[in-house]
Amino acid sequence: MSALLLALCVAAVAAAGLYLVLARDLVGVVLGLGLIGAAANLFLFAAGRIGGLTAAFVSGPEGAAIADMANPLPQALVLTAIVIGFALTCFGIALALRLARLGGKADADALCSAEPPPRRDGEPGVLR
Amino acid sequence: MNGALVVAPVLVPLLGVLVTLLAWRRPGRQARLSLACAMLFAAAATALLSGTVGGQVFEARFGDWPAPAAIAFSIDRLGAAMLTVSGVVLVAVLLFPVHGGGPGARGLWLHPMLHGLMMGVGGAFSSADLFNLYVWFEVMLISALGVIVIGARREHLEAGLKYLVLNLVGTVMLLIAVGGIYGLSGQLNFAAIGVALDRMGEVPLAQAYVALLLISLLIKAGAFPFFFWLPAAYPNLPTPILALFAGLLTKVGAYATLRVAGQIAAVPAAGLLEALGWIAVATMLVGVLGAAHHWDTRRILSFHIISQIGYILLAIALGTAAGLAAALFYTLHHIVVKANLFLIGGLVRRVAGSHDLRHAGGVFRSHPWLAALFAIPAASLVGVPLLSGFWAKLLVVRECFAGGDYLWGGAALLVGGLTLYSMLKLWSEAFWKPRPEGSPEPSAAIPTRAWLACGGLAAITLAIGVHPQPLLDFSMAAVSAMPLAGGSR
Repeated sequence: MSALLLALCVAAVAAAGLYLVLARDLVGVVLGLGLIGAAANLFLFAAGRIGGLTAAFVSGPEGAAIADMANPLPQALVLTAIVIGFALTCFGIALALRLARLGGKADADALCSAEPPPRRDGEPGVLR
Repeated sequence: MNGALVVAPVLVPLLGVLVTLLAWRRPGRQARLSLACAMLFAAAATALLSGTVGGQVFEARFGDWPAPAAIAFSIDRLGAAMLTVSGVVLVAVLLFPVHGGGPGARGLWLHPMLHGLMMGVGGAFSSADLFNLYVWFEVMLISALGVIVIGARREHLEAGLKYLVLNLVGTVMLLIAVGGIYGLSGQLNFAAIGVALDRMGEVPLAQAYVALLLISLLIKAGAFPFFFWLPAAYPNLPTPILALFAGLLTKVGAYATLRVAGQIAAVPAAGLLEALGWIAVATMLVGVLGAAHHWDTRRILSFHIISQIGYILLAIALGTAAGLAAALFYTLHHIVVKANLFLIGGLVRRVAGSHDLRHAGGVFRSHPWLAALFAIPAASLVGVPLLSGFWAKLLVVRECFAGGDYLWGGAALLVGGLTLYSMLKLWSEAFWKPRPEGSPEPSAAIPTRAWLACGGLAAITLAIGVHPQPLLDFSMAAVSAMPLAGGSR
């Protein structure tokens, strides 16, 4: 039951993130990426089994207590992924805000100076 | 084996980051230190290559944990060859003088971030742990982003944002795939995952996760239909940096695809090769058509990267020993050629006054030797005999026909023809056409260091072209142990 609930949560968070990423607002796009990253982290977390409150510490004969403890390795992976994702999201928001300040708006459709816009006759324009 | 050498691909660039940061006040000294660290990287990679060439594997398990539990580095012939060619390209790129690039903000941070990028590249080629591979991809991503936006003009920031969004989607997919594969196999070590997946056989869930893993790597490699970040981000970089990006970054994705499909997940990936082949064909075609359409040298060459990635992926998709060897041969030759083309493209821009072919011309008359130098990598990219690209294309096409994949082989030949067309357009416009009215006078002579960098890379291309057998034998030997090529675990 709790596994199904977690799966639904992951799906909901990923869907919300995807919706934001496909929007035109640049800050929304970056926040959406953060949400998708969070969904990926939850998924990774679930890969190591959920449930069981026993600490992941084996002292007695090997394998005795393993059944009801969660695998700590994916949790360590999630921790790493959170740190990386946090840094990248911060960077992305700073980038989007800087773009907005330069051009006056943070709109995905206004991003046209890195690639040459097509000329009237269909040929590519001149790139600076 | 030698423990210090196996971590050198990561530690040497880390040293590069530190010393170039410490020398930030003096741009001249910073550049010299940076070049010295690049040479050290190339030397360490060469030492690794000479150590592995007989089939030995350099291994290190961090923290001295037992085999499958430890995060491990493992450098075999495949990884060592990629490291060596990366080192060579890095030295050439740092040897190449930045045009008009006074110190200022760019000079200050550029070298530390370039070495940070190399740390990611070195780690990705050395790692034997799937999650660790993901981390190195992230190191590469953040350093590359820093380099892209360092100019801080609007087009740089836009290029950076496009690069960030598309590549971040890729890394999130990579993370999900890593998590899924861990959930299935309980392993992260390449060898241990391979054993576990082999035992499972063709489980649909394993295939789904491996497909997701391959898709995320294809985003990194710039394959169809995930390549849109590449022509958006690359052309806004200054010449030598552009050459480094063009030579290395997508090829790390290609290397990882080869590693996953050929070695780690050979059994689940075998069912996906057909799809990979068609993706490769689409990548080749779309890339070369984009190149034929554009007029800006940097964009033409950027689209050529995509097209050539298609050849590498096609060779992997053939799934035979000769196919995988062709993929490795192609990748090694292509890194050198592509980096050189971008370096010489920068020189042409310096001489002709514009990247746009409509405003350039007359270079053959004013700088015949530059034209001759450009002709070597350009002809090699097209696949003219007696140059490295000819053998690479021959290997791929021959293996296509040998396996009965006539459509794929035909597509590869067709794309070769189209590559010739777009390269001839570049040649006749920039070199043969008389200089258009109103374009600036050709600028001064080309610095010696630029001749050295480009000439050295061109010499490698020529050497492979004239005497391909050693590299061919090496490529065959490097992939012979891969399960997809019929090797055993």
